[in-house]
Amino acid sequence: MPKKYHIDNKIADPRFPPIAKYATVEFREECAGSCRLCVKRRCVYDIFKDNALHWANMTTPEYLYICKGCYRCIEECTKGIFSMAVNPEYRTLGDDYWTAGIISSTWRQAHTGTVPVSGAGYRGPFVGEGFDSIWTDMSEIVRPTRDGIHGREYINTVVELSRRPTRLQFNPDGSLATEMTPILEIPVPVLFQEPTFGLLSEKEFLSVVKAANSIGTLMFVQPERYSATLQDCASTLVPRLTRANYRDHTQLIQGSQMIELADDPGVEREFSKLREGRPDLFLCVGMPLDAKAASRALQLANTDLDSIHFYATDNGREAGTEAPRPLKDMIREVHLTLVENHIRHKINLIFSGGIALAEHVAKSLLCGGDAVAVDTPLLIAMECRVCYRCREGKSCPVRLGDVEPKWASQRIVNLVSAWHSQLLEVMGAFGIREARRMRGEVGRSMWFDDLERESFGPMFGTRKVTGIG
Amino acid sequence: MEHTTTRETEIAETPSLYRNPIGKYIVKRNARCISCGLCARLCPYGVHLRHDNYSQPIRPRDYRCIGPQCAANDFFCVRRCPQRALSTALNPILETIGDYRWSAEMLIGHWHMAETGDLPYMDLEYSLGYSGGGFDKIRFRIPDAKDYLDVPDDEIDTTIALNRRHDGRPEKALSLPCYGGGMSFGSTALSVLVGRARAAKRLNTLTSTGEGGYPEAFVPYRENIITQVATGLFGVREQTILYAPVVEFKYAQGAKPGLGGHLLGDKVTPDVAEIRETVVGSSLFSPFPFHSVYSVEDHKKHLDWIKEVNPRALVSVKVSTPTDADMVAVGSYYAGANIIHFDGSYGGTGAAPDIAKKNIAMPIEYAIPKVHRFLIEEGVRDELCFMASGGIRNAMDVAKAIAMGADGAVIGTADLVALECVRCSNCESGRGCARGIASTDPELGSMITEEWTEQRLVNMYSAWRRQWCELLRQYGMRSIRELVGRSDLLVHLDYLDEDERQKYPPAPKKNVIL
Repeated sequence: MPKKYHIDNKIADPRFPPIAKYATVEFREECAGSCRLCVKRRCVYDIFKDNALHWANMTTPEYLYICKGCYRCIEECTKGIFSMAVNPEYRTLGDDYWTAGIISSTWRQAHTGTVPVSGAGYRGPFVGEGFDSIWTDMSEIVRPTRDGIHGREYINTVVELSRRPTRLQFNPDGSLATEMTPILEIPVPVLFQEPTFGLLSEKEFLSVVKAANSIGTLMFVQPERYSATLQDCASTLVPRLTRANYRDHTQLIQGSQMIELADDPGVEREFSKLREGRPDLFLCVGMPLDAKAASRALQLANTDLDSIHFYATDNGREAGTEAPRPLKDMIREVHLTLVENHIRHKINLIFSGGIALAEHVAKSLLCGGDAVAVDTPLLIAMECRVCYRCREGKSCPVRLGDVEPKWASQRIVNLVSAWHSQLLEVMGAFGIREARRMRGEVGRSMWFDDLERESFGPMFGTRKVTGIG
Repeated sequence: MEHTTTRETEIAETPSLYRNPIGKYIVKRNARCISCGLCARLCPYGVHLRHDNYSQPIRPRDYRCIGPQCAANDFFCVRRCPQRALSTALNPILETIGDYRWSAEMLIGHWHMAETGDLPYMDLEYSLGYSGGGFDKIRFRIPDAKDYLDVPDDEIDTTIALNRRHDGRPEKALSLPCYGGGMSFGSTALSVLVGRARAAKRLNTLTSTGEGGYPEAFVPYRENIITQVATGLFGVREQTILYAPVVEFKYAQGAKPGLGGHLLGDKVTPDVAEIRETVVGSSLFSPFPFHSVYSVEDHKKHLDWIKEVNPRALVSVKVSTPTDADMVAVGSYYAGANIIHFDGSYGGTGAAPDIAKKNIAMPIEYAIPKVHRFLIEEGVRDELCFMASGGIRNAMDVAKAIAMGADGAVIGTADLVALECVRCSNCESGRGCARGIASTDPELGSMITEEWTEQRLVNMYSAWRRQWCELLRQYGMRSIRELVGRSDLLVHLDYLDEDERQKYPPAPKKNVIL
């Protein structure tokens, strides 16, 4: 058996107190002063250890970032002077898509590298837009599950990004006649790409690249980002080039395993030219995930391209339209177009934009992707608050530009480690041991529309509300 | 079949463990108060206290207040106070408490039921959450007034039969259409577990050991305790199988479908380690699945093993909700199960990976009708007791689950809420639950007594029973068994035309900050 893929996570403490949801509020003027039953001294989580003095000696009230929301101080204070509020800073985190909950959870994963675990059941909405309208299946009794997360069975998360011959041919003596194309594999179906905001310094960029290198994945980068410091990680980088400029970057191409060319009519004519000097070069075409993506993918799949990289919007939606469809529907459209034309197996599809959680990786693959590329979560791992101040040229509240690369890359490695573990959880539950087998395997998922129709339809008739209601 | 009911006499006021319970409204008394005692004399809800031998103002028990709507009453303390020293308002803390599934009002409503045994008199929506789907969008049809059956609660039958196979095993019946879900010794305080068992005995229902073994303290209540056989086989002995009226095979659980149980090392105290025969402080991972079961034949072998060991035990099969839930149910029937228990993905009390809770397996609302219909088509529905769980939060959810096709529900989280769980979700690590419910810590684990647990649960289920009785009366039914599969009595808001939808309470909406 091959050596198990393992990501080496280590605790990487936050530089700034992570902004938590709860903020205790105390009306100190009502405090008894030296109460023997003071709840601050009895806090189970000891969050008041620096702030349990007589109120006259306390420092300025502060948000208690580590409050767990058990409400005991509120319910036990002899004077009833405590209350609880949602930390105003917590409300400012992120936006409607990159919610405070996602950011907060990503911080914890980047800190510890562990799977987020909590008690008391699920707390969220019944169903949501996009990926939140899909449930993954699980195996029961007659279909074996896989027990990979704790190491009893090996679940392989490797995916390929290289093209495949449509069929093999053999010589009369039984030897292989087909000339085999080189194989490019990455150990997790997660690639990195530059976020559209927030990469503020060379140090920060270097942190991301080093993390990608450490994990063994690839990172899409603009050629302007290259510098001498990246020499050791050249094979990790996938330069994003165009028909017009790739000849100016021959040195980058020589050092790379894969390059991405921006889609352009006739771009396929460049493939053979690029491989003239580098037959082992893997080629990817990048394009927006818009209404034309599926038909264009069909054209490109008939060439000897290895992969197509589709860019959805930062919020995981179709590009270039006022009524954008969710990423899940776009992946299905591209995937099914290729399946219906019997050519899906030839090419690999990478989707990016709005991949925010580990579950998005699994669901992207189930919808038909081979891999995803992440961006904003890389920033969040480095403590970004998704405040977008940098877009306006304002200062970064967590000084992302000053991160120490060793620490920052470990945070990203931790995040991917946590995502990898969660991927194993999901794959184990539905009994698939190969990430490659997840591609388009919608049979291992359950979709809102189908469940409503099959389970509720016979009871309630026809649904009168469109969407998720 | 034995017919017993929960009598009102079993209810006893069982106050909060805490000095300042959280309510929907706050009442503030300012320094102008002269402690005249008028408010204490006026308020019928006991918000204000004044003792003859203590002249200082006492903080109001504001969790009992009905809030500004009290202005319609003569006894409205805010208006009647001669010093204008009182005020009332919505408690701002409500914004921080609860979540989409268990709203703040649902939590407060259940704390009230557990304390008083009665339904809340303040304006609390304790039957619907903010989830925006499933039970929160399903309503009972507006009943026809002429169907109303004017009989007292004592004449309404809420019993369910657990053994409908007529296989020579006991024809066991429960007085309520629900029993307690598995919580293991290790994940939950022993006093809570024993208190649940005591409540089950008084209510003539059951509770389950979960995966954590069979503490000696359970033995006096063994006729009301299900022995769970889970993949870790912790505490599974011939003796513990012989104790049990029902033995439950846990193939999967809704909190982490497709994944094995996981008790973090911090919770493996010497007592827990001893009963599970493991090492103190060492995390315990249960395998998944049963590696001895890969077919219905293997499944039958498992059930036969239990039936052979204990000829008087009924056998329950607990599974989660995969896409082929219906096939699993029929397979379990043919393997010889008396009870098939489906645990949907949104439930669970113990620690579980967030990704599993949200994403793996289907919500129970979808599984119930699917399984019910398939069992009917296969001609075996009448021989199987079908229990549902996983996100069934309150009495109306139970009733909806029954109308959709289940015989009853298995309850976990609501039991914990009755014990003042605030759903902070920090059950899993360190010393465990700060409120002493899900903790084996020597200090925290002794916050709650067995007696308090028992009475709070008896109170809450008594309040639930009242709701079921009233519902059944509205449809002219005398037994909850008449409600099984009556999906014609249900509507789903998203399946109604706009004018019809207006007749029903809308799905509560709120953007909860998680």
